[in-house]
Amino acid sequence: MRSGHLALSARGVQMQYRDRGTGKTLLAIENVDLDVPDGAFVSLLGPSGCGKSTFLKIVNGLLPATAGEIKLHRVAKGREDAMVFQDAALFPWYSVLDNVAYGLVCAGVSRGEARKRAVPFIDLVGLKGFDDKYPYQLSGGMQQRANLARALAVDSAILLMDEPFAALDAQTRELMQAELLRIWNAAKKTVLFVTHQIDEAVYLSDRVVVMAARPGKVIADIEIDLPRPRPLSVKRTPEFAVYEERIWRLIAGEYEHARVASQPDAAS
Amino acid sequence: MTETTAFRVIHARARRRRHPLRRWYRGNERAILSAAGIVSFIAAWQIGSDAGLISKFFFSSPVEIAAAGALEVQKARFWEDVKISASELAIGSLAAVLLAVPLGIAIGWYRGVSLTFDPWLNFFNALPRVALIPLVVLWVGLGFEMKTIIVFFGGFFSIILPTVEGVRTVDRQFLDVARSFRAPERLIFTSLVIPGTLPFIVSGIRLAVGRVLAGVIIAEFYAQTAGLGVMIARSEASLQSDRMLFGVLIFTVLGIVLTEAVGIVERYLQRWRPSLDLEEAA
Repeated sequence: MRSGHLALSARGVQMQYRDRGTGKTLLAIENVDLDVPDGAFVSLLGPSGCGKSTFLKIVNGLLPATAGEIKLHRVAKGREDAMVFQDAALFPWYSVLDNVAYGLVCAGVSRGEARKRAVPFIDLVGLKGFDDKYPYQLSGGMQQRANLARALAVDSAILLMDEPFAALDAQTRELMQAELLRIWNAAKKTVLFVTHQIDEAVYLSDRVVVMAARPGKVIADIEIDLPRPRPLSVKRTPEFAVYEERIWRLIAGEYEHARVASQPDAAS
Repeated sequence: MTETTAFRVIHARARRRRHPLRRWYRGNERAILSAAGIVSFIAAWQIGSDAGLISKFFFSSPVEIAAAGALEVQKARFWEDVKISASELAIGSLAAVLLAVPLGIAIGWYRGVSLTFDPWLNFFNALPRVALIPLVVLWVGLGFEMKTIIVFFGGFFSIILPTVEGVRTVDRQFLDVARSFRAPERLIFTSLVIPGTLPFIVSGIRLAVGRVLAGVIIAEFYAQTAGLGVMIARSEASLQSDRMLFGVLIFTVLGIVLTEAVGIVERYLQRWRPSLDLEEAA
């Protein structure tokens, strides 16, 4: 599947906010460089406030960056990117079918045709038979499956996933991680996945890009050399633990560094 | 001496099968009790009135009101009045919905429109609309148009204010979804803004039912030209409390029917909402 080109290439991306209250300028993201090869699964891992979700929104075009450049590899038809949202964000007044078809309708496909094209993606994410249900009739995990199907249906080259499993309970989250790898394998997409969970990032990814907060910046880029396909039991292997430990140390070290720096007598 | 044990034992209990009559009552409790409430009130009124405890001059009695009604429905003038009042209500209310909903959505959505109209909305909302009746009479006279305009005023402001509020509180995350998938402006309205605002519009319409009914009666009282309000006022002038109360009853029934109709439309439009299903099940 990998054709060697980059699906996404970011250079010097920066995001500044002006705080309405204090009038001060805050640096949310400082000079982020990131390359995502075609077909790869890359995670952005960091604590809340490191700007990882902001970066995803910049890539998606929901927010304009204040500096830098992002290149998405152009595709012949359809969208370059599609977003899987943190809270499933399904329209409560639409059935599962109409929610999954929504991206296609936005792209100008007629409603009938969009519904027809949505069906295989509903089946792919394991929601067969739930087409006519409304979101409130689905569990949290099923809502996230529909959220994923909606993004898959527009057939974009790259999927942007914004902590999609953060609100799920621990068991459902593990199940959904395994499901995501199955779907990723079937759909052959490039994925940029944002999370704050170390084990999630290691389990899913080819590469984990570790970010630090205030200002958000990349502090490490770690290749995860675990064989695929990865059953959930991979999480119980020593190799997996080594990756977790290494990333945990990076984040903990950054946290310690920030804590010391913020103390008033740190200089003495 | 009683023996004390370390455990309090909680036994399982098989679900008892209740008597069929009792189950029928459980299933229809609401209908049975409200019917009982209505029937006993009417009975007490009738009995009290027959016994001389309630003045027939001021309060009439259910039987007399029914008799007056039976007499009334045979008159052509009565049906003429019904037709006039119903037309005023229908046209005024329809115009209120058709203007308040799109204008409310535009005000809620577009900042510029909002800033332009906000002072006027506040002004007219604070203004007691019945105070405008003399002015409207000056414009269009005492006829059908004046009364329809008063009905319109009553409905319009009860609908537009919640509509504006509804659009302003549309969930940001749904807006992000629409923008993320590059929804065209028109689709943002049809897929998101309108469905999200619908509960607010419906509650505005529910509020409007009372306002338009009050509007038509007040306008007819004032104009004294034609309509059921005039029938009520004339009955009062000729001391026919039974005929007057029959007129009041018609408006009341109309109010109930309209409110129920709004409820039915609401349940259909919002079948995606879990809370309404639960209400029905309860």
